[in-house]
Amino acid sequence: MRKLLFKSLLQAPLTERAPPASDEMLAELARTLDRTARRKLGRSLSIRQVDAGSCNGCELEIHALSNVFYDLERFGLRFVASPRHADVLLVTGPVTHNMREALERTYRATPDPKWVVAVGDCALDGGIFAGGYACVGGVSKVIPVDLHVPGCPPNPTALLQGLIALIEKADTRAG
Amino acid sequence: MAFLSALTDRGRRVEAQRSWPRIVVDAATWRQAIAGLAAGEATLLGLWSDGEAIHMALIAEAEILVLSLPAPKRRYPSVGLSHAPALRLERMIRDLYGLEPEGLPDARPWIDHGRWDVSQPLGARRRAPATGAAYAFLKAEGAPLHEIPVGPVHAGIIEPGHFRFTANGETVVRLEERLGYVHKGIEGLMAGAPLERAARLACRVSGDSTVAYAIAFAQAVEAALELTVPQRAVLLRALMAELERLANHFGDIGAICNDASFSLMHAHCGALREQVLRTADACFGHRLMMDCVVPGGTAADLASDRTRIIRKLIETVRRSFPELVELYDETASLQDRTVSTGILKPELARQYGAGGYVGRASGRAFDARRTPGYAPYGELEFEIPVRKEGDVDARVWIRVREVEQSLALIEQIVGRLPQGPVRGELGLAESGNESREGLALVEGFRGDVLAWVRIQRDGTIAHAHLRDPSWFQWPLLEAAIEGNIVADFPLCNKSFNCSYSGHDL
Repeated sequence: MRKLLFKSLLQAPLTERAPPASDEMLAELARTLDRTARRKLGRSLSIRQVDAGSCNGCELEIHALSNVFYDLERFGLRFVASPRHADVLLVTGPVTHNMREALERTYRATPDPKWVVAVGDCALDGGIFAGGYACVGGVSKVIPVDLHVPGCPPNPTALLQGLIALIEKADTRAG
Repeated sequence: MAFLSALTDRGRRVEAQRSWPRIVVDAATWRQAIAGLAAGEATLLGLWSDGEAIHMALIAEAEILVLSLPAPKRRYPSVGLSHAPALRLERMIRDLYGLEPEGLPDARPWIDHGRWDVSQPLGARRRAPATGAAYAFLKAEGAPLHEIPVGPVHAGIIEPGHFRFTANGETVVRLEERLGYVHKGIEGLMAGAPLERAARLACRVSGDSTVAYAIAFAQAVEAALELTVPQRAVLLRALMAELERLANHFGDIGAICNDASFSLMHAHCGALREQVLRTADACFGHRLMMDCVVPGGTAADLASDRTRIIRKLIETVRRSFPELVELYDETASLQDRTVSTGILKPELARQYGAGGYVGRASGRAFDARRTPGYAPYGELEFEIPVRKEGDVDARVWIRVREVEQSLALIEQIVGRLPQGPVRGELGLAESGNESREGLALVEGFRGDVLAWVRIQRDGTIAHAHLRDPSWFQWPLLEAAIEGNIVADFPLCNKSFNCSYSGHDL
């Protein structure tokens, strides 16, 4: 283990420069973000991820945000284990009827102020799973959504762009 | 084999099915098959319904046989009564189609949580108020016992499911799973879908196995329509499948160690996984290679200059992975958590036909790439690692060895990739006046994925059933955790890494 740790000390970091915030998402956020709420929270946000019926593709890419290449925590963003500790709900999936109540309860358990980021094409309107008996069809049909990150699944860069937009937009308005 | 041929003689062969034979049987033969399953003469590969009949796929040695029992009275003799691996499948079929398994000892719904406004959504479609009635978990009783409910929303970034632990102090006395939270109604959405849409749905049954599902679905369609896939596409599919296996195994090895609080492995394995995904993206235009395999071939081709990137990836992994394996092997505090934890007995792995690393870590040397086998694996050299210990450690080692095998496979594939087209004609017009059926069994990183399709004359899907390997692994997690401490559950769960979405459909 010592050998490996020593090597890591000498190696250049794998972590890459942050992508710029997406203009489109900044515009979307301009409509939704509450300035006063933002001021209270500063630049640090705790994220609770909720899978509301995804195929698990989005979860894989959300996971990737924590790897050394993207290193989400350097932006003050971190994943937390409980909605009670969260500022942001990151919701994936078309919202199955079987998950609807769990999503509503998770939302209610998240203290105000809070934001909801819907991740993936099916979180927008049910996507390819829309129209059946089993899905509600989109996160915004169940809880209010502030930002949507499209993609099937969105890659980590797109996810980062969305989340950075969330901090930046709020920050400039707060300042 | 003798068992399957004896059954074959007692049924009527269905001409529409083009790959492995399907026979229509009577109730007596159906019962004979159940007795054979219970006696271990064959392994249950799948159990599904199209609303009219109940179908059961069996495998013995390298032969697959599908038995179909018409169910005009919407009843059939329960398989689960004598052969437990069928229990949850029968409960799902009852929930979705309303076919009653006669004698099934469990009357509780499985996928239907009472929230759809409709019961038997793919059968009688009766209106039913969405009550979300409570689920009757099985009891474990005694003075010192207490229950711990977990989920459906978990602490980590994972899929939703509910685990009900009954514990005696720290020790788990019983674990009962409740799944179905991510049921998206995929079988219902498949019915009537054009091939292209159905293939996209198949890719989204379980995102981590999107390539395996795409290949399974494509092979089933190609079998039904008797299509030949260009050789280049056959090899490209295998290349994608092995990249997918690599990425998932790296993710799992790291995550298992992380659940034992050894985050160093997680960080290094995470970097390797990311490099695999970036290679996939550079080669095929999508990090998970979603929608890259389609019926008839592949949607993406590999540019000639991209083989260099793949060779570089192999080089990187070969340089850095052995150090990580050594780290895993020599860290006593980590071994203390994984060795002898969550033991799955070989007998259970055999009975359930557990696929992938779950089966292979418990002595079941089954790999669909070898048995029954499919192109191009017959012409490629690879070994199937098997261990007998059945603990978390063994499941880690199977993954480690499979990483090495996948690297060797990728090298062979890149070395023999022929030039030529990657997509053949679908030739739907030639499918004639009849509906066509096909079946395929493909080895994903998690285990064997079964796909069965019936294609209508107009080229749309009449019915498709996709069976995730998790169906035969989830129940075994309940067995493996027994007698372990609650704190070791994440470790055991991650070492199984069953799919929620693949199971819930």
